[in-house]
Amino acid sequence: MTTVPLIETRQLTMNFGGVQAVQNVDFSVAEGELRCLIGPNGAGKSTFFKMLTGQLVPTAGEVRFRGRPISGRQPHEIARLGIGIKTQVPSVFDGLTAHENLWLAASRGKRGRAIDRAVDEAIERLMLRPIADRLVGQLAHGQRQWVELGLVLLTEPVVILLDEPAAGMTDDETTRTAELIHDINRTHALIVVEHDMAFIRKIARAITVFDRGKILVEGPAHRVLSDRRVRDVYLGKRAA
Amino acid sequence: MSVGRVVSYGVPAVIGLALLIGLPQLLDLFVLLQVTLYVVMAILALSLAFVWGYGGILCLGQSAFFGLGAYAYAITAFNIGESSLPVVIAILLPTLFAAALGYLMFYGRISEVYVGVITLTVTLILFNAVNSTASPEYRIGSALIGGYNGLPNVPSLNFPFDPDNTLQPDDVYMVAMATLLIVYFGIRWILRTRFGRVLVAIRENERRVEFIGFDARLHKLAAFALGAGIAGAAGCLFVNWGSYVSPTIFSMIQSAQIIIWVMVGGVGTLIGPILGAVALSWLTAEVGTQHVINADILFGGILIVFVLLVPRGLVPMLTEHVWSRVMQPRRKVAVAAKLAAPGGRA
Repeated sequence: MTTVPLIETRQLTMNFGGVQAVQNVDFSVAEGELRCLIGPNGAGKSTFFKMLTGQLVPTAGEVRFRGRPISGRQPHEIARLGIGIKTQVPSVFDGLTAHENLWLAASRGKRGRAIDRAVDEAIERLMLRPIADRLVGQLAHGQRQWVELGLVLLTEPVVILLDEPAAGMTDDETTRTAELIHDINRTHALIVVEHDMAFIRKIARAITVFDRGKILVEGPAHRVLSDRRVRDVYLGKRAA
Repeated sequence: MSVGRVVSYGVPAVIGLALLIGLPQLLDLFVLLQVTLYVVMAILALSLAFVWGYGGILCLGQSAFFGLGAYAYAITAFNIGESSLPVVIAILLPTLFAAALGYLMFYGRISEVYVGVITLTVTLILFNAVNSTASPEYRIGSALIGGYNGLPNVPSLNFPFDPDNTLQPDDVYMVAMATLLIVYFGIRWILRTRFGRVLVAIRENERRVEFIGFDARLHKLAAFALGAGIAGAAGCLFVNWGSYVSPTIFSMIQSAQIIIWVMVGGVGTLIGPILGAVALSWLTAEVGTQHVINADILFGGILIVFVLLVPRGLVPMLTEHVWSRVMQPRRKVAVAAKLAAPGGRA
């Protein structure tokens, strides 16, 4: 392969004391891709995800963004390179209004009226108009998720990492989130960590399955989801 | 400009200017001196109101910067004789000191609790260090540091670059009041800038601020240093108020008082800490003259009452009540109608 991957890890390893949460993972995502990371609890997805975003510094190996090593950089530097992060529990500014939340994100790279324009667009796109002036801390869980998504989009990232975007959502909200993810994928690469298999079926194109800190299977959704080993891991038949 | 904004800036500006010009005409000198002290304390309270209430940095040792400003002014004023440069140094020294301390704390990613512990420790170290410099070999230039005896007869402020023309007590009042207004409106202006908004966002969620690409460490450092500069200015004015400074300015009691002013007035407001500082400083002075109850016990009692009954402070409580009265009279009508309706249960 001659093209440089958007995000690439080489021999990425993370140890917590004696536990190897992630072991020698080689992984890569191309520009514009939509990739899902799945795996049972404790498979190392979250640790892997945190290393991609700079929240954890790997014990060994490295993370590259468009060929540049980024592991060990400050979180705000990683964000400025174009990596957007949506956390599992919505990470927003609870004491500020939805509008103020979005304004902050837009103000990082923009000036003056461009900020207001971008915020307005995001409010339309995410259908936040009726709640724009309410404190985010008072909004429903699903609405907070969308405010957070707005925050992430307004920083104009190249790739967005989503940690369990459908967690705790109602069915309607999940469907809408799946649509939103496809919509966002037209302009951004996405890496989605997810637990909910129904949601995965709605959005997935390519899937990487983690198990016990390693990549178990990787490939197109239909093949991975019908793979025997994946079913075994999820159903706990491994021991048999 | 909206009507709301005109009112929210205009009312404090008019009241502030009226007090600035009016009080020296109305009050006798003794009372004016007392009021000057309250104004100085209000500036000190604003420094912590900004750092803690908006920056979310719980600084338990704000008195360190207050004291550094006071000592920096006193020592340089003795040496230079003319007060213009000492005033600048009284603001710069605490700012730089806080920047260095803040660098270690924020770039070292020390947790919030330890920021409190470290700032408190720093002010106590300064207290002990300065306290033990009573012997005459501790001098900086022509100024004896004086240890626990303090530094008496500190040269007072003069009109800039005119050392023979010193400020009279009513001039000092006007300088203090003008400083208070500048600091108050200055902080309000900062809070409207992107820097100020990011600062408030850090208070809300530091991690998210970094995820959207702002360097939280740098913002906290800048806020901390700015707050220290304001405290230093207050320290400079404090020395001029009494032409005296002693190590108790670094003491635990001094530090605790600042926190109590801000808490009583309302964390996250600016008017609250100003009122808290003025009211409680007045109370301290009154209690001190009466010898009925120890001022520290009274302060402790006030703190406990507020923590239990008015945890958010006076101003947030009052504005919320007034706000709900003004904005939601309809709800009351609706409730009343429901109660009056047949079958409605009271």
